[in-house]
Amino acid sequence: MPDETLAQPAPVEIRIENLSIAFDRTEVLKDIDLVIEPGEFFAFLGPSGSGKSTLLRAIAGFGPRPSGSIRIDGEDVAGLPPYQRNVGMVFQSYALWPHMTVRKNVAFGLEERRVPAAEIRRRVDEALDTVGLSDLAERRPSQLSGGQQQRVALARTIVIRPRVLLLDEPLSNLDANLRIQMRHEIHSLQRQLGLTTVFVTHDQEEANTMADRIAVLNDKILQQIGAPMALYDKPRNLFVAEFLGTTNAIPGAVVNGLFKADGGIEVPASNAPTDGKVLVFRPQNALVERADQASNGDVVRFEGHVSHMEFLGSIIRYTVEVGPHRVLVDEPHRTGIMPVGTGEKVLLRLDPAQTVVLAN
Amino acid sequence: MQSFIRTPSVAAWIAIGLALFLFAFLVLPIAKVIYVAFQDPNTGALTLVNFADFFGATLFQQSFINSFYAAGMSVLLATAIAIPLAYYTTRFNFEGSILIQTLGIVPLIMPPFVGAVAMVLLLGENGSVNLLLDEWFGFTIPFMDGLNGVILVESIHYFPFILINLSAALNNIDRAMEESAQNLGSQGARLFRRIVFPLAMPGYVAGASLVFIKVFDDIGTPLLLNINNMLAPQAYLRISSIGISDPMGYVISVMLVGFSLFSLWVSFLAMRGKDYATVQKGGGGLAKRDMRPWEKTICYGIIVVILVFVLSPHIGLTLLSFGTVWSFSVVPDGFTLAHYSSIFENATSYITNTLLYAGIAASADVVIGTAIAYLVWRTKLVGRKWLDYTAMGALAIPGVVLGIGYLRTFHDFQVPIIDQPLATWWVIIVIALTVRRLPYALRACVAALQQVSVMLEEAAENVGATKATTVRRIVVPLMSGGIMAGFVTSFATASVELSATIMLVSQESDAPLAAGIYEFMQSASGRGPGAALGMFAVVIVGLGTYLSHLLIERGKREREAVAIVAEEVKFHA
Repeated sequence: MPDETLAQPAPVEIRIENLSIAFDRTEVLKDIDLVIEPGEFFAFLGPSGSGKSTLLRAIAGFGPRPSGSIRIDGEDVAGLPPYQRNVGMVFQSYALWPHMTVRKNVAFGLEERRVPAAEIRRRVDEALDTVGLSDLAERRPSQLSGGQQQRVALARTIVIRPRVLLLDEPLSNLDANLRIQMRHEIHSLQRQLGLTTVFVTHDQEEANTMADRIAVLNDKILQQIGAPMALYDKPRNLFVAEFLGTTNAIPGAVVNGLFKADGGIEVPASNAPTDGKVLVFRPQNALVERADQASNGDVVRFEGHVSHMEFLGSIIRYTVEVGPHRVLVDEPHRTGIMPVGTGEKVLLRLDPAQTVVLAN
Repeated sequence: MQSFIRTPSVAAWIAIGLALFLFAFLVLPIAKVIYVAFQDPNTGALTLVNFADFFGATLFQQSFINSFYAAGMSVLLATAIAIPLAYYTTRFNFEGSILIQTLGIVPLIMPPFVGAVAMVLLLGENGSVNLLLDEWFGFTIPFMDGLNGVILVESIHYFPFILINLSAALNNIDRAMEESAQNLGSQGARLFRRIVFPLAMPGYVAGASLVFIKVFDDIGTPLLLNINNMLAPQAYLRISSIGISDPMGYVISVMLVGFSLFSLWVSFLAMRGKDYATVQKGGGGLAKRDMRPWEKTICYGIIVVILVFVLSPHIGLTLLSFGTVWSFSVVPDGFTLAHYSSIFENATSYITNTLLYAGIAASADVVIGTAIAYLVWRTKLVGRKWLDYTAMGALAIPGVVLGIGYLRTFHDFQVPIIDQPLATWWVIIVIALTVRRLPYALRACVAALQQVSVMLEEAAENVGATKATTVRRIVVPLMSGGIMAGFVTSFATASVELSATIMLVSQESDAPLAAGIYEFMQSASGRGPGAALGMFAVVIVGLGTYLSHLLIERGKREREAVAIVAEEVKFHA
């Protein structure tokens, strides 16, 4: 059912070009180029200090003036003060004003825009209804739970019909159960509004579950952009590979289309860069086979032995020693199937198509 | 005896002793004052006739209005001084911040009445500034004319209370509070009015109500400026000139207490439920930016003007203490050390009395403060909170009211052996100082005790120490930094306390520094020596303030070291 008041303007694009930011003389972001498509749910993912929050704040107009450009719907906003950008931001701490009721908090942005009182009332009610807080309009922020506070912060932001929505670590102040619930709610709210939305997180699971695409940031630099699965399966560098989940990384070299490492490891790598130095694959992409049950297939096998076995519930994680390398292998645990014992000689089976050779 | 000490009754006995002390020297005298105010002076029956008389007399109506006006205007002027200073330090990256912090301390090390006379000589009708203005431009400014003088002197002495509270409140605002308003389209003055100011309001009100009551209760400043028609001075004058049976002094006392309670209540209301300390991890305080050159110029300009006013009592006092004759001239006619030497010849008793009184009072304060703190926070005695409340209640009692209460209650109480009424014995001055300073010492002791983990006590008891030993060997040593800071602050402020003292000094030889300065300053010839004594007061308070600052800083560093260990313990647990 189309809802007239909640209808947001058509989603817009955010185009960041050649962006660098420095605090005093310390550079915190360098040469960022990135395009966020209209209506996309986009994540900035990175460890603390990677510059992801700085990048988000720069879109909203906070922090030092960046060099380069930030275009929202084609308009370069890099020089505009925050209050002229119409970019909605939900702060990590929610930043609800403690001296105002929930209603007053939500109405604030509309009052600043000199919207007529009757319309303010209607739109505030609408926004509170959207986040399910109609009953609490007259409460003070201090009387709300963390989850309710976050909904108020969301309502306060979407009520002004911002061009884009920015969320700074939206789930970090919530406990584990609420986190999963809000993950779904924020996701469906974003779909409902159709707003171009960017959120910052250091948690890859959060990014994977919510985002259409992720930009991984580390050490001032944009490491890789892509859909969650693409980043996970085809990381461009070792940092991305490791930040997105447990990975095996075996140092070696590419020789004549083969990745070679000590311990007799040879993996076909015809598309690998010639300066490839490390073979990367996820533990669940390797298999252990008992030495006597070898089968055919388009795979490679290496001799090794199981040095350690961990039972993690749904999976069993083996540490297989192949020459000097320790390789993690995850296999699903199924009731009644006996795991390979520690010390047993095995073959490590690997599909070259499920590996990546990286130069760094 | 071991088993006796183990029983909780020792704590109970100490609590009873403290309760008796507070009852005799705080509750009883104040109850007496209130009772007398409602008593017919002739028949002794309860009546409202005294209040009717009070509001019927033009002098008292005038006094009432004047006190209100002076206190209110002082708050406004103090606010006008404090706001730009607080704003500069919290909003800008400003090299002058150190200067502003200094500005916030300097006035506090001199009680306002000490500088009052010096201010007249600098800024009065025939003072240095107006002489120059008249000569150069042909006009004068009535800085010190009538109530203007009281307002100016009080506000430049008490604005730090507003500055400190307001700065703290501004620094406690989470930056995201401001950023989220900007994000929603707010900026500039509107943002300040709708977000920043309301968030800083509780801190401001707390500071402002403190200034209001300080001015309302002050007697030294108006009296030295020859302003008699204000409430607190009237209370003093009625009792000292007409006698302790005159009901007007008591009526005024009731009003002073009433207004003190009222302003404490206002500041309580302002703070209640509004713990706006919204700082989250990620840094507090408003976004700071660099100043543009012209902003910097304006900023320094304003600071220099304020600095000149704030330092004027100090400058005036220094000139006065070294000057020969200073009248109708910009600076004294000549300079001399005679005032200091005359002080050392004739007036050393003021200094020795002060050291004695303030020393005893401050010691008593930290002993009582530690005892109450321990009883309240570490025992389960019934009614222990009331010890705390009662001791803190002294905050609401102006010195002049306490003095009147003592005179009335103890004038016919003969002290055994020395055979003298307690009200005229010097010890009563010490008791008054002790009671007056107790709230501050108590808060310092409570803060110190709260830094001592109960686990440390339990560890001592676990290896066999009795409660008494634990307190003596573990608790008190660990509290010592805070206790020392409390002692020094009590000592420094008690040594310049005037309002209660002035009521209770019955003979010259018992008079402490503040009373001596007040006496000297009354006559033109006494101003020089009075100023020299005043310089001693400034030095004592200044040293005390510095020392207590050092002690608190050192305590903080030690605690940080301990806190790291405690964190690790928590982590491993």
